[in-house]
Order: sequence, then C-alpha cells, then structure tokens
Amino acid sequence: MGETQPGKWPVIREAGFDGLLVSFGERLGEPANRAALAFRVAVEAARIGGVSETSTSLVSVYLRFDPLNHDHPAMRAELEALLSERDWYAACLPEGRRLWRIPTVYGGDQLAQTARAAGMSADEAVKQLSATQVRVQTIGFMPGMPYLGELPEAWDIPRQTELTAEVPKGGLCVAIRQLVLFPVATPTGWRQIGQTDFELFRPESAEPFVLRAGDEAVFEAVDELGAAATCEEIT
Amino acid sequence: MTRALKVIRAGPQMSVQDMGRAGYLAFGLSRGGAADRLALWEGAALLGQSEGCAALEMAGMGGTFEATEDMRIALTGAPMAAAIDGAPVAWNASHLLARGAQLSIGAARAGSYGYLHVGGGFDTPVLLGARAAHLVARIGGVVHEGEALPVGEDAGTRTGLTLPEDGRFKGGKVRLVPSVQTGLFSPEERARFAQTVFTRDAKGNRMGARFIPEGAGFASAAGLSVLSEVIVPGDVQITGDGTPFVLLSECQTTGGYPRIGAVIPADLPRVAQAAPGAALTFEFVTLEAAREIEWKEAERRAALGKTAEPLLRDPRDIANLGSYQLVSGVTDGAA
Repeated sequence: MGETQPGKWPVIREAGFDGLLVSFGERLGEPANRAALAFRVAVEAARIGGVSETSTSLVSVYLRFDPLNHDHPAMRAELEALLSERDWYAACLPEGRRLWRIPTVYGGDQLAQTARAAGMSADEAVKQLSATQVRVQTIGFMPGMPYLGELPEAWDIPRQTELTAEVPKGGLCVAIRQLVLFPVATPTGWRQIGQTDFELFRPESAEPFVLRAGDEAVFEAVDELGAAATCEEIT
Repeated sequence: MTRALKVIRAGPQMSVQDMGRAGYLAFGLSRGGAADRLALWEGAALLGQSEGCAALEMAGMGGTFEATEDMRIALTGAPMAAAIDGAPVAWNASHLLARGAQLSIGAARAGSYGYLHVGGGFDTPVLLGARAAHLVARIGGVVHEGEALPVGEDAGTRTGLTLPEDGRFKGGKVRLVPSVQTGLFSPEERARFAQTVFTRDAKGNRMGARFIPEGAGFASAAGLSVLSEVIVPGDVQITGDGTPFVLLSECQTTGGYPRIGAVIPADLPRVAQAAPGAALTFEFVTLEAAREIEWKEAERRAALGKTAEPLLRDPRDIANLGSYQLVSGVTDGAA
C-alpha cells in the first residue's frame, strides 16, 4: 500500500515520432507492473482525442497518437493530469485472473548450460522452475506471447549474444528472471529450457489471445507432452 | 466465374497486403501490412481509388498472372520487368489487363518490394480487421501458384497513367528521431552512428532489415540486460553483435535490445526498399523537424493523384503513331 517508487518515476518520454511512453520504473517490480496495467485501463477510459492505440509492457504504458493534429506538449499534459489523479503503484491487479497449469518437458541443448549460468545443476533447475508460480506481466513480442515472472534471483542471467536460429512453437525460455513462451517458431536470444504444446494464439477462435496480463502459471514437469493445460479462476 | 486474378506462376514471397491491422499491439500482434506503405498510396493514386485497397506484395520477384475479366492494374514499388502477352509495359504506371491476357513480372531491378494493384482491390477474406497476410503471426500466408485471387468491383475506368519516378529504391539517407533508449548510447557512439555508412545485409524480411556498419559495431551502456519494452516499426535496435536492425511492418511488439533511435515514418519506405548491398546512412533530426517533414509528406501523399500523368509511349515502338489515341479522355478537364 502506497508503495511508490523513489525519485523521478513515473516518467513520460517520446517513443519515436508518434508515440509516448509512460514508465513506472527502470526495473521490473510488482508495484510498477500493477501501475502500468491499471494506468492503461485509465488511458483507454479517458478517451483522449488523437490517441489511436495503447498497450502495456512490463512497467510502462505506450500510446500511439496523431502528432500532426495533436502535438506532443498537449498529449503530455493530458497524461500528466491523469497520472496525478492517484497513486498508480497501489493499484489492484486486473479482475478475472486465472491460474494455468501447463505441462512442460524440460530439457534440450541449452538446459545444462543455462542451469550452470544460474549456479545450479540441470536437475535443480528443473525442480525450481517447475515449482515456481509465475505471473503474466505483459503480453507482447508475438501474438498472445506472455512474459512471466518473477523467478528467483539466481535466474538473473542475460540473454545470449548470438541468436538461437529457431526455438520451436511452444518453447519455454528463460533470461533476466523471466520466462517466455513462444506462440510460433522464432529466432531468439532467450535460452530454451523446456517445451510445451500450449496454443497461445488461436486466430480462428472467439478469444484469439488466450493468456491475459495478471494470469498466473505453473510450468509443471512431465515426461511427455499430450495432456491439456488446466485453468482455474483465482479468487 | 467471379472476378479474379489467376496466379499462373508465383515468386517465393508474394502476399496480399493492405495498411495492416492496428489495435492489437496490446495482444502482441504488430500492425503488419505493406512493407512499403507509400507504394499503396501510389497504386491508389494511379487507379483513383482508396489507399486501403489490398494489393499483391512481391518480394524481389514477381510472377505470371491472368485476368478472368478485363481489369485495371497498377505496378508500383521496386521496379520490375513487366510485360502483357510479351509486350513490355511501364512500371510505376496503370494499364488495362484484358481478359485472358497474361501479365508477367520478373525480378526487381532495384529495391526489394514490388506491388501489383488491381482496380477495386483484392477481395480476399478479412481477418481481425484486415486482408494483410501477417507471415510471422501465421495470419494468412504467401500466395501460391494455382490460386485465384478474388478482385473487388471497380468503379474506375482510367488507365495509362504514370507517376514521377521515386528515388527510394537505392538506399540513401534516412532520418531518425531520438527515442526512449537513445540516452543509453554515449554522445560519441551516436555521433559515430550518424557518420557511418551501412550496407543492407542479405538477412531480413518483413519483420526488419539488418544493416552492416563500415567499421566496428555499436554498444550501449546497458549491454544485453535491458528490460523488454514496446517496439514499433521504424525503431532501430542494436542487436547483440552491435549491428543495427531496423524494424518493419511485421516486427515483434516488444524487444529487449537497446534502440538507438526511431526512423521517421516518411523515410521507412526507403529502409524497407533498400536491397541487399544498398548503402544507407542515418541522420538524427529533432521531433520538431520530423513534424515538418511528416506534414509535407502527408500533403505530398494526398496530392499524388494530381502528379499522375498520361503514359507516353516511345514513338519508335509505335508503327503508326497517327492511329493511336495517346490519351483517352484528354479533353475531360475542359468540360
């Protein structure tokens, strides 16, 4: 409660020619993540003229607008007014959150090396990762793709310098105390430590994007894929 | 049979594109749409229709097509060799493609993406608000040999127009504005970036294009542990090996590599069209300067139709010049 960030946060910065970014912190933190999720809801509700699209990242809200007809100072002023309305760091998590249990086969070429970087054996890594309940902090990068966290400190390891040519669809990867799960095969700098068959993006479905920011997940270790993920409401 | 364009032979990376689907950024889906959006405006100007009409984007190589009915076409973007029933036709121009006639389009002579527009636009299914194939997200896909692309009703009749040639197909200078992470790069590193000549790498697709610096790569104070943050087309990421990667229409929506700046929208077609080997330089401009440039570009785009001129044939190609009506409806303007 009232857990604000020290100093200059939140800040509003220009993001390219037609974007503004409202950041609630420099590093990922629980209050800053909640602040971002809540502030985006408020920006959408305020229906500010000229705003064409909004989204959240881990600790920030992005908005794209029409800078030819609505200049930057005016848009900034609108956002500053909204920011001053309340303590966004004290905001609640979104409603209707769910807990997903996603069967995962841990392993692959990069597991041992990644575990070593985290200072543990592969077995210890699997044990720890499969027992940690993580939260969807944001959806991004690819359709329906979650960034999940926060993992124990040992997992504060950087992404790789070289890109892995292709992590398969459903690949579970780790870096900087976060997990990511890929909706389609992709090259990446994240380190793959497991594989799932979870469908994150279902374009033909009424709900094409399955996970929502605020949802929780556990990547439970299994010997082989096939069983469906389960989902329950969190009260 | 419905009005359609039959694909007799398809280049490897042809897809139906429009202005893309905005509004799904929060769900991790980038806008997508034509890699070179200006080409859609040019096609619209040549055919006198909306820039929202879907066109066929051809990466590097065209294909062979046949019309099921008489239809108007326009060719824009990267110039490619084109012929109708073997007779060469001008690029950057509109033509009549008669029923049964074969249109063949070859390799790009410069640039990367050529566009084939049809009067009425392609009438393929709308998914999540757009017809654009999003290849990375697996929405729609590439166009294959044997497909028949449905074509919408065409309200226009005029063909034989051309637009002044554009210089965006050979690299050159692109302007960028500072962005959220520009400050992670030292002033010296930014200055060196602006003085460096880059060569477009062979690696690249609709997600983005990689540029290889002459000299050493670039590094930021943050290294490789930057928090993932929103990214949009135009952002210039410095990847792990120090080379810049400029994000294009099908880019991911968040990224963890630091960004040195953001290419302004007016110059993004030049980046998309730079073919492997093309030389590119970057110039930082202020937000105010960018606003001025974008105003002018928006006005220029809106007035493109007025710059379209009747296509003049080379008299040497015409056996009996006198029997040709060079410009149909030329007296309309006086009425």
